[in-house]
Amino acid sequence: MPDGAPISSGVALPVHNGRAMDTISADSAADRASPAPVALDRPRHSAAVRVTHWLITIAFLALLVTGVEILLSHPRFYWGETGNVNTAPLFTLPLPSSRDMVPTGYGYVLPDQNGWSRYLHFQSAWLAVMTGLVYVVFGFFKGHFRRNLLPDPSDLSPRALSTDIGRHLRFRRPSDEEAWSYNVLQRLTYLLVIFVLFPLVIWTGLAMSPAVASAIPAAVSVLGGQQSARTIHFFVSGFLVLFLLVHILMVCLSGFRNRVRAMITGRPSTCMERA
Amino acid sequence: MSKISRRRLITTGLVATAGTSGLAVAAKLAERYGLIPPDSGGRYGAGETLTYAAQRLLTRHSMAREFARNQISKVAFANEVAPLGEGFQRLQGGGFADWRLAVDGMVARPRSFSLAELKSFPCHTQITMIQCEEGWSYIAEWTGVPLSHILDLVGALPQVRYVVYRSIQPDWWESIDMADALHPQTLVTHGMNGGELPVAFGGPLRLRVPRQLGYKNVKYITRLTTTDSLKRFGKGLGSASPEGGYAWYAGI
Repeated sequence: MPDGAPISSGVALPVHNGRAMDTISADSAADRASPAPVALDRPRHSAAVRVTHWLITIAFLALLVTGVEILLSHPRFYWGETGNVNTAPLFTLPLPSSRDMVPTGYGYVLPDQNGWSRYLHFQSAWLAVMTGLVYVVFGFFKGHFRRNLLPDPSDLSPRALSTDIGRHLRFRRPSDEEAWSYNVLQRLTYLLVIFVLFPLVIWTGLAMSPAVASAIPAAVSVLGGQQSARTIHFFVSGFLVLFLLVHILMVCLSGFRNRVRAMITGRPSTCMERA
Repeated sequence: MSKISRRRLITTGLVATAGTSGLAVAAKLAERYGLIPPDSGGRYGAGETLTYAAQRLLTRHSMAREFARNQISKVAFANEVAPLGEGFQRLQGGGFADWRLAVDGMVARPRSFSLAELKSFPCHTQITMIQCEEGWSYIAEWTGVPLSHILDLVGALPQVRYVVYRSIQPDWWESIDMADALHPQTLVTHGMNGGELPVAFGGPLRLRVPRQLGYKNVKYITRLTTTDSLKRFGKGLGSASPEGGYAWYAGI
């Protein structure tokens, strides 16, 4: 790939490029006249991606808030099978606790929120898992993963990767054409989140369950014990939060309104942004 | 364009119909096989029902993990309990010789057992973990009478679906379904780590349900009631936990 060429041009980008240009005129025309031109029959994000994206967003935010609440009842972490205030922690978070039996160094105890937090945590987990399953089935059968997320081998060369990393580090705003595809760093990050972090956070969450542990003991022993599962659950959640923050930052840098609009309606409004 | 939308319309309609009737059938089956928890109403009912049903299907016959003797926690952690009342202290003063466990409800021969009687029954010892919903845990060796043995002695009726158990502590009561009540690891526990069950850990009697979290393992139990419905107990949510905002089923 020659220097200066758009790094993130995915396999499908040439087609999309053309469509993106069509859309500029078509979109404004469509605002006035009804018949939808050909260019609009394939949105930037398919309906399945848009719906599952926002369902996962709702579920994840609920899981995050309730997860923090549950964590506050025992902000200490251990490795192995067991751990309690009488055993040495792996590390302790410098947070107050909602239980007065936990030594925190704070002179006060937070109110207990575990009841509704646990109810909502598991209900949101079900929403996340079911939405995730629909998304993954869709992704495989409709070629979403192959077409939109699998990186082009040429983009994986050290040179191409370093160029793209450099572009990100310099906060270079992507061109409008890029709004129609994912760049290689996006693709790799999304694949990591979908196929590594989410499965891992679900697995470690289930491994903490005494009932699941009774049915599938190997799911716990492979992780090194139930307290290890809890500690891994915490770190994986941390990585997911980090992803969320960087994701939002990138959306802001590349045009918040436009990107969010694309994830809601399916189409970025390139023309409106330019005008 | 119109062709696509018509096809879409038909597909969506079919999927919606299949989905709705699928849900209705699933609800009927779940009710029939006891997969609906007593706290299935309310805003978290959907998640709670899914959790209980899924875990029940997964764990109907599963055994809680048992550990090696060298994995027993050196220093277990006895969680705090509300101050024990005068009644408890009087029994404690007498070495719990007068402690009784009453068994009633849907049984052929309601009766009560003294601590000495319970200790004379064939006992079972297991090294299992107790986990608190807060996140901490410990492993101990527990000795007790399988709850199923006691239910046999009193002749629990075939239509029994739940066992309600109460602490001497006011307003502390729980219930479990028969999958847990008849489970070989569910013990009316009177011993811990080779000795008597210490008061701090629930002595003289604690119900150990090792496939559920700590709060289902009620300390100082005095009464078991078998029933076919939890509606008549408390607010009808199954136990004191849902009345305090916590889930009835605590397998996770």
